[in-house]
Amino acid sequence: MPRLLLFGPAREAAGVSSVTLPGHDVAAVISAAGAKFGPQFAHIVTISNIWLNGDAVEPDAPVGDDDEVAVIPPVSGG
Amino acid sequence: MPSPLSPLVVGTVTESARNAALLPSDGPNWIGVTADELPVDQAVKWATLPGCGGIVTFCGIVRDHSEGRPGVTHLEYEAYTEQVVPRLSAVAAAARAQWASIGRLVLLHRVGRLEVGEISVVVTASTPHRGEAFAAAQFCIDTLKHTVPIWKRETWAEGSDWSVCAGTTNADDIGTGDIGTGESTPDGISRVHQ
Repeated sequence: MPRLLLFGPAREAAGVSSVTLPGHDVAAVISAAGAKFGPQFAHIVTISNIWLNGDAVEPDAPVGDDDEVAVIPPVSGG
Repeated sequence: MPSPLSPLVVGTVTESARNAALLPSDGPNWIGVTADELPVDQAVKWATLPGCGGIVTFCGIVRDHSEGRPGVTHLEYEAYTEQVVPRLSAVAAAARAQWASIGRLVLLHRVGRLEVGEISVVVTASTPHRGEAFAAAQFCIDTLKHTVPIWKRETWAEGSDWSVCAGTTNADDIGTGDIGTGESTPDGISRVHQ
Protein backbone atom coordinates (compact mmCIF):
# COMPACT_ATOMS: atom_id res chain seq x y z
CA MET A 1 0.00 0.00 0.00
CA PRO A 2 1.18 3.56 -0.59
CA ARG A 3 2.59 5.45 2.36
CA LEU A 4 1.04 8.72 3.51
CA LEU A 5 3.28 11.29 5.23
CA LEU A 6 1.78 13.95 7.48
CA PHE A 7 3.39 17.17 8.67
CA GLY A 8 2.68 20.05 11.01
CA PRO A 9 -1.01 20.53 11.75
CA ALA A 10 -1.95 17.52 9.58
CA ARG A 11 0.34 15.28 11.62
CA GLU A 12 -1.02 16.70 14.85
CA ALA A 13 -4.65 16.20 13.81
CA ALA A 14 -3.98 12.62 12.74
CA GLY A 15 -1.79 11.75 15.70
CA VAL A 16 0.73 10.00 13.46
CA SER A 17 3.42 11.15 11.05
CA SER A 18 3.21 8.22 8.67
CA VAL A 19 0.65 5.58 7.75
CA THR A 20 0.01 3.11 4.95
CA LEU A 21 -3.43 3.31 3.38
CA PRO A 22 -5.18 1.61 0.48
CA GLY A 23 -5.87 3.42 -2.76
CA HIS A 24 -5.02 3.37 -6.43
CA ASP A 25 -4.84 7.13 -6.81
CA VAL A 26 -4.02 10.12 -4.62
CA ALA A 27 -7.66 11.00 -4.03
CA ALA A 28 -8.43 7.51 -2.72
CA VAL A 29 -5.50 7.58 -0.30
CA ILE A 30 -6.50 11.01 0.99
CA SER A 31 -10.12 9.93 1.28
CA ALA A 32 -9.08 6.89 3.32
CA ALA A 33 -7.05 9.16 5.57
CA GLY A 34 -10.02 11.48 6.06
CA ALA A 35 -12.20 8.56 7.09
CA LYS A 36 -9.54 7.27 9.44
CA PHE A 37 -8.50 10.51 11.11
CA GLY A 38 -11.73 12.48 11.28
CA PRO A 39 -13.15 15.90 10.41
CA GLN A 40 -10.38 18.07 11.85
CA PHE A 41 -7.85 16.25 9.71
CA ALA A 42 -10.15 16.41 6.70
CA HIS A 43 -10.46 20.17 7.14
CA ILE A 44 -6.70 20.61 7.16
CA VAL A 45 -6.50 18.61 3.95
CA THR A 46 -8.79 21.17 2.28
CA ILE A 47 -6.22 23.92 2.87
CA SER A 48 -3.24 21.72 2.04
CA ASN A 49 -1.54 20.59 -1.10
CA ILE A 50 -0.79 16.98 -1.90
CA TRP A 51 2.57 15.79 -3.13
CA LEU A 52 3.45 12.45 -4.67
CA ASN A 53 7.10 11.47 -4.23
CA GLY A 54 8.01 15.10 -3.73
CA ASP A 55 6.01 16.64 -6.55
CA ALA A 56 2.65 18.37 -6.48
CA VAL A 57 0.04 16.30 -8.31
CA GLU A 58 -3.60 16.24 -9.31
CA PRO A 59 -5.96 14.08 -7.22
CA ASP A 60 -6.35 11.53 -10.00
CA ALA A 61 -2.63 10.76 -10.10
CA PRO A 62 -2.16 6.98 -9.80
CA VAL A 63 -0.21 5.57 -6.87
CA GLY A 64 1.48 2.25 -6.26
CA ASP A 65 2.79 0.32 -3.30
CA ASP A 66 6.16 2.06 -3.30
CA ASP A 67 4.81 5.58 -3.64
CA GLU A 68 4.91 8.27 -0.98
CA VAL A 69 1.98 10.66 -0.73
CA ALA A 70 2.40 13.73 1.51
CA VAL A 71 -0.10 16.21 2.95
CA ILE A 72 1.55 19.64 2.78
CA PRO A 73 -0.27 22.18 4.97
CA PRO A 74 0.51 25.88 4.52
CA VAL A 75 4.23 26.22 5.09
CA SER A 76 5.81 28.57 7.62
CA GLY A 77 9.57 28.23 7.38
CA GLY A 78 11.97 31.11 7.79
CA MET B 1 36.20 24.92 6.67
CA PRO B 2 32.83 25.26 8.38
CA SER B 3 31.97 22.84 11.10
CA PRO B 4 29.89 19.91 9.93
CA LEU B 5 26.18 20.20 10.41
CA SER B 6 24.72 17.29 12.28
CA PRO B 7 22.14 14.98 10.78
CA LEU B 8 18.51 15.92 10.78
CA VAL B 9 16.23 14.98 13.62
CA VAL B 10 12.74 15.89 12.44
CA GLY B 11 10.82 14.23 9.67
CA THR B 12 11.94 11.48 7.38
CA VAL B 13 15.69 11.43 6.87
CA THR B 14 17.18 10.06 3.71
CA GLU B 15 20.86 9.44 3.17
CA SER B 16 21.02 12.09 0.48
CA ALA B 17 19.47 14.70 2.75
CA ARG B 18 21.77 13.70 5.57
CA ASN B 19 24.86 14.01 3.43
CA ALA B 20 23.75 17.28 1.94
CA ALA B 21 23.57 18.78 5.40
CA LEU B 22 26.97 17.71 6.56
CA LEU B 23 29.42 19.98 4.78
CA PRO B 24 29.56 22.88 2.40
CA SER B 25 29.31 21.71 -1.15
CA ASP B 26 32.31 21.48 -3.42
CA GLY B 27 30.10 23.47 -5.76
CA PRO B 28 28.89 27.05 -5.49
CA ASN B 29 25.87 26.40 -3.22
CA TRP B 30 25.92 25.41 0.45
CA ILE B 31 22.48 24.04 1.28
CA GLY B 32 21.35 22.18 4.34
CA VAL B 33 18.94 21.61 7.19
CA THR B 34 20.02 20.75 10.70
CA ALA B 35 19.01 20.70 14.35
CA ASP B 36 22.28 22.37 15.30
CA GLU B 37 23.10 26.05 15.68
CA LEU B 38 23.58 27.58 12.25
CA PRO B 39 27.18 28.50 11.36
CA VAL B 40 26.70 32.12 10.29
CA ASP B 41 30.33 33.16 10.52
CA GLN B 42 31.44 30.15 8.52
CA ALA B 43 28.82 30.90 5.89
CA VAL B 44 30.24 34.36 5.33
CA LYS B 45 33.78 33.05 5.14
CA TRP B 46 32.76 30.31 2.74
CA ALA B 47 30.97 32.80 0.50
CA THR B 48 34.03 35.04 0.25
CA LEU B 49 35.57 34.92 -3.21
CA PRO B 50 38.24 37.10 -4.85
CA GLY B 51 35.83 38.26 -7.53
CA CYS B 52 32.99 39.15 -5.18
CA GLY B 53 33.02 42.61 -3.64
CA GLY B 54 29.74 42.22 -1.78
CA ILE B 55 28.30 39.66 0.59
CA VAL B 56 24.80 39.97 2.03
CA THR B 57 23.65 37.69 4.82
CA PHE B 58 20.08 37.46 6.08
CA CYS B 59 19.45 35.77 9.42
CA GLY B 60 15.92 34.89 10.48
CA ILE B 61 15.64 35.27 14.27
CA VAL B 62 13.04 33.82 16.63
CA ARG B 63 10.97 36.83 17.69
CA ASP B 64 9.23 37.31 21.02
CA HIS B 65 5.85 37.98 19.41
CA SER B 66 3.81 37.31 16.30
CA GLU B 67 0.48 38.65 15.10
CA GLY B 68 -2.01 38.35 17.97
CA ARG B 69 0.46 36.29 19.96
CA PRO B 70 2.40 38.37 22.51
CA GLY B 71 5.00 36.78 24.70
CA VAL B 72 6.29 34.10 22.34
CA THR B 73 8.74 31.95 24.28
CA HIS B 74 9.93 29.47 21.68
CA LEU B 75 9.26 27.90 18.28
CA GLU B 76 9.38 24.30 17.14
CA TYR B 77 10.28 23.74 13.50
CA GLU B 78 9.28 20.58 11.67
CA ALA B 79 10.28 19.66 8.13
CA TYR B 80 9.56 17.25 5.32
CA THR B 81 13.23 16.53 5.51
CA GLU B 82 13.64 14.57 2.32
CA GLN B 83 12.26 17.46 0.32
CA VAL B 84 13.94 20.40 2.02
CA VAL B 85 17.28 20.15 0.23
CA PRO B 86 15.70 19.67 -3.22
CA ARG B 87 13.45 22.69 -2.65
CA LEU B 88 16.31 24.82 -1.35
CA SER B 89 18.32 23.78 -4.39
CA ALA B 90 15.47 24.95 -6.60
CA VAL B 91 15.53 28.33 -4.85
CA ALA B 92 19.27 28.60 -5.44
CA ALA B 93 18.90 27.63 -9.10
CA ALA B 94 16.19 30.23 -9.60
CA ALA B 95 18.35 32.91 -8.00
CA ARG B 96 21.28 32.03 -10.22
CA ALA B 97 19.05 32.12 -13.28
CA GLN B 98 18.06 35.66 -12.35
CA TRP B 99 21.48 36.92 -11.16
CA ALA B 100 24.18 35.17 -13.16
CA SER B 101 26.89 37.06 -11.28
CA ILE B 102 26.25 35.26 -8.00
CA GLY B 103 29.46 33.76 -6.69
CA ARG B 104 28.32 31.63 -3.80
CA LEU B 105 24.97 31.03 -2.15
CA VAL B 106 24.25 29.68 1.32
CA LEU B 107 20.77 28.47 2.28
CA LEU B 108 20.62 26.82 5.71
CA HIS B 109 17.55 26.15 7.83
CA ARG B 110 17.32 24.91 11.38
CA VAL B 111 14.71 22.52 12.78
CA GLY B 112 13.68 21.48 16.26
CA ARG B 113 13.07 23.75 19.24
CA LEU B 114 14.45 27.29 19.07
CA GLU B 115 14.35 29.91 21.80
CA VAL B 116 13.76 33.63 21.30
CA GLY B 117 16.85 35.20 19.79
CA GLU B 118 18.11 32.06 18.08
CA ILE B 119 18.76 31.95 14.34
CA SER B 120 16.33 29.80 12.37
CA VAL B 121 17.53 30.47 8.84
CA VAL B 122 20.62 31.87 7.11
CA VAL B 123 20.82 33.13 3.55
CA THR B 124 24.15 34.43 2.24
CA ALA B 125 24.86 35.64 -1.27
CA SER B 126 28.16 36.87 -2.66
CA THR B 127 28.34 38.86 -5.89
CA PRO B 128 30.77 41.23 -7.62
CA HIS B 129 28.66 44.26 -6.63
CA ARG B 130 26.37 44.87 -3.68
CA GLY B 131 23.14 45.41 -5.60
CA GLU B 132 22.91 41.85 -6.83
CA ALA B 133 23.83 40.48 -3.42
CA PHE B 134 21.00 42.38 -1.72
CA ALA B 135 18.49 41.42 -4.41
CA ALA B 136 19.50 37.76 -4.55
CA ALA B 137 19.44 37.36 -0.78
CA GLN B 138 15.98 38.89 -0.54
CA PHE B 139 14.71 36.73 -3.38
CA CYS B 140 16.09 33.62 -1.71
CA ILE B 141 14.58 34.22 1.72
CA ASP B 142 11.22 35.28 0.27
CA THR B 143 11.04 32.24 -2.00
CA LEU B 144 12.28 29.89 0.70
CA LYS B 145 9.51 30.98 3.04
CA HIS B 146 6.87 30.28 0.39
CA THR B 147 8.11 27.06 -1.14
CA VAL B 148 10.12 24.95 1.29
CA PRO B 149 8.17 22.33 3.31
CA ILE B 150 8.90 23.53 6.84
CA TRP B 151 6.37 24.32 9.57
CA LYS B 152 6.71 26.12 12.85
CA ARG B 153 4.68 25.82 15.99
CA GLU B 154 4.61 28.87 18.23
CA THR B 155 4.34 28.81 22.00
CA TRP B 156 3.34 32.12 23.51
CA ALA B 157 1.96 33.48 26.77
CA GLU B 158 -1.56 32.20 26.20
CA GLY B 159 -1.09 29.02 24.25
CA SER B 160 0.60 27.05 21.54
CA ASP B 161 -0.37 26.59 17.91
CA TRP B 162 0.92 26.41 14.36
CA SER B 163 1.85 29.60 12.62
CA VAL B 164 -1.20 31.26 11.09
CA CYS B 165 -2.13 30.54 7.47
CA ALA B 166 -2.41 33.36 4.98
CA GLY B 167 -2.61 31.76 1.56
CA THR B 168 -0.93 29.54 -0.94
CA THR B 169 1.51 29.79 -3.72
CA ASN B 170 2.35 27.67 -6.73
CA ALA B 171 5.36 26.08 -8.29
CA ASP B 172 5.86 28.93 -10.77
CA ASP B 173 6.75 31.19 -7.86
CA ILE B 174 10.22 29.72 -7.73
CA GLY B 175 10.91 30.81 -11.26
CA THR B 176 9.37 34.25 -11.17
CA GLY B 177 9.33 35.40 -7.59
CA ASP B 178 5.69 36.28 -8.26
CA ILE B 179 3.94 35.32 -5.06
CA GLY B 180 0.45 33.89 -5.20
CA THR B 181 -2.46 35.69 -3.64
CA GLY B 182 -4.20 33.03 -1.70
CA GLU B 183 -5.79 30.59 -4.08
CA SER B 184 -5.06 26.97 -3.53
CA THR B 185 -3.46 25.13 -6.39
CA PRO B 186 -2.42 21.54 -6.79
CA ASP B 187 0.76 22.67 -8.50
CA GLY B 188 2.38 24.14 -5.45
CA ILE B 189 2.42 24.37 -1.74
CA SER B 190 0.69 26.58 0.73
CA ARG B 191 2.39 29.34 2.60
CA VAL B 192 1.97 31.56 5.61
CA HIS B 193 3.25 34.99 6.44
CA GLN B 194 5.36 35.42 9.51
